[in-house]
Amino acid sequence: MTRLKIKQNHDERISSPKLLSSESSAKGAGLTRRRFNRALMTMSALAASGSLPVRSAIASEPIKIGFGMAQSGPLGGNGKAALLAIEMWRDNINARGGLLGRAVQLVYYDDQTNPTLIPGIYSKLFDVDKVDLVLGGYGTAVQAAALPIVMQRKQVLIGTGAVAVNEKYKYDKYFQMLPNGSTARTSTSEGFFQAAMTMDPKPKTVAIVGAVTEFSRNVILGARENAKKYGLKIVYDGGYPPNQMEFGSILRSVQAANPEVVFVASYPPDSAGVIRTAYEQKLQTRMFGGAMIGLQYSELKQQLGPMLNNVLCYEFYVPAPTTNFPGIKEFLAMYQERAKKAGADLLGFYLPPYAYAGMEVLEKAVTAIKGLDPNAIGRYIHANTFDTVVGKVTFAPNGDWAKPRLLYVQYQGIVGNDLEQFKRIGTQVIIEPQEFAYGKLYYPFAASGH
Amino acid sequence: MVTFNLLINAVVTGILLGGFYAAVTIGVTIAFGMLDIVNIAHPVFIIMGSFVAYIVNRHFGFDPILTVIVAAPLFFLLGIAIFRFYYAAFESSGKGSLRGLAFFFGIMFVIEVTLLLAFGVDYRLVQTSYIGPNIGFAHIDLPLRMVVPFVGSMALVSGLYIFFGHTFIGRAIMAVAQDEFALSLMAVDTVAVKQLAFGVAIATAGIAGGFLIVIQPVDPSLGREYIGRVFAICVLGGLGSITGTVIAALILGVVETITSTIFGPSWAPAVSFAALLLTLAIRPSGIMGR
Repeated sequence: MTRLKIKQNHDERISSPKLLSSESSAKGAGLTRRRFNRALMTMSALAASGSLPVRSAIASEPIKIGFGMAQSGPLGGNGKAALLAIEMWRDNINARGGLLGRAVQLVYYDDQTNPTLIPGIYSKLFDVDKVDLVLGGYGTAVQAAALPIVMQRKQVLIGTGAVAVNEKYKYDKYFQMLPNGSTARTSTSEGFFQAAMTMDPKPKTVAIVGAVTEFSRNVILGARENAKKYGLKIVYDGGYPPNQMEFGSILRSVQAANPEVVFVASYPPDSAGVIRTAYEQKLQTRMFGGAMIGLQYSELKQQLGPMLNNVLCYEFYVPAPTTNFPGIKEFLAMYQERAKKAGADLLGFYLPPYAYAGMEVLEKAVTAIKGLDPNAIGRYIHANTFDTVVGKVTFAPNGDWAKPRLLYVQYQGIVGNDLEQFKRIGTQVIIEPQEFAYGKLYYPFAASGH
Repeated sequence: MVTFNLLINAVVTGILLGGFYAAVTIGVTIAFGMLDIVNIAHPVFIIMGSFVAYIVNRHFGFDPILTVIVAAPLFFLLGIAIFRFYYAAFESSGKGSLRGLAFFFGIMFVIEVTLLLAFGVDYRLVQTSYIGPNIGFAHIDLPLRMVVPFVGSMALVSGLYIFFGHTFIGRAIMAVAQDEFALSLMAVDTVAVKQLAFGVAIATAGIAGGFLIVIQPVDPSLGREYIGRVFAICVLGGLGSITGTVIAALILGVVETITSTIFGPSWAPAVSFAALLLTLAIRPSGIMGR
């Protein structure tokens, strides 16, 4: 485990744990075998020593929540932001007296966005750290690596963000917080294609470009299905390797195919490269964008600035008249304050609200069943709808959101490189889904974008 | 369908890309090819250069390439300091090769984690007047974002070519590369010469970092992506040959972009490295190797 570098956070900022009331102690202790055994051992020891009352010893033991989270590597920026949100929840619940009256302690490791480290991390969490609950990190590849281990331990896994990880396993205690929906493969690009079909006249051709990685591959498969569904002919379909740095030849080939719509599934550095190249080449197409990871990050939004104009990309949250979920403004205000010190994403629109919402779901389930039994938690989460900072959340049988809610947003009127403009309503206009849409799609891409 | 226009653009883009590859590889050519030091940490010095360019550009608005040129002496001094430690700890006791490799791995991780702690994991970009404009003519696209680093790279390798071929110190470095023992018999302080050469290698990495951040966003762990590529170009060019490095870099760049245009970008790495293997099978010492 020496390669599990940088961080193992055994929290030092746990609020003073409160003693359990006799009622909550009884309810909490009776529900799992582990807790029962622990209580039994504690009782025996204390009975032998004739010292403290049993219930205070149990109450002082924190609930450990373990996870791997990218703090470095390609998705480290997201992982850092998600971690801050989870820490905010921990501080919040500890200030409210803890979960089941016990303090919450986070135990996490930097997975370096590297799925090969995941088996070691989760084995250590279960066997050495003896965590009570686990979360999934950020990214399809890392969650795909974590899920079989968590299944083996029959624990609940609440993932921060992944696409179609549980498609084959169909594990009943897996939940995924990003709003891709239960048909994540197709729903990730569905809004983009729906928006494309609102153009007049309707487009007939599409180019699909994407990185050859787990996430992009899934999204591209879905995009092909959507292209077929909406009757679009794919005139260019190309993948590129993860370390691609030159996109000129790709976009020239795309331009040569003369598509009316260009769909891109890319990772952060590629997203910046593709957009800069499209801008330099004055790409002529009617609609351009897709599932481009990175455009949601403050740093890239700020640096790309006006080059983003008229790009249609997915976001999970943007300030809009239609996304005023209860608690979201307060959450973001607090997050943005803490993010400055933590060195995390300054806006926090992308992952943090969903990471926090995941913890709210877990909290409500544990509180409702009054214990940590994974089967009971799983059943409760499946059976209920949760009010969270990202709105109401209901889960499908495969653990994804029952109803997808990926926001396809067109960047409009971006001037200069001031980050504050992205906090304003109107610079990231929601085009799809219609339930949240409030603006008009501008097209063609090139004429108005340049 | 691949048209002539697409092909000619692919060749031009490949040349621009290859020029940049030459700049990132030239330091490895000096350290590995001439001094026999497996500096696996070379790409992370490139990333350091990128971050120097980023900080100065972000806070003072200075040009990233001019910034790294001004900062090159600092990288040179850093290279000298690292070599002195490396020499004292490993090379002087004859344990340079394998333990030295572990040493440079260590250097790589230390610098990477330091950058992570200092700057976080976000991707960093710079703002300059030549990011965005295109000076295309006759259906050929020439994005300034690629042209400026290419011109800078060619100036860098040309300068090094003149330095190694026409200056006393440069010839001394070439002499060390050819036969260190013979040079030492002539009372030359070969360690001092190697130290200078290693300083020059690290200085080129710093400058290449300025080119890199103009071309693409940079994060602290990006250097790992370049390890395979820079050593492949160095070997393909012929160890220690500056001309060979430039030719190999241009070949790799052009093969990548042509493959990307004709067969699709996902084939580019496979075809590039197949070309490398084929060249080495025909000419094991590399294109300009002796």
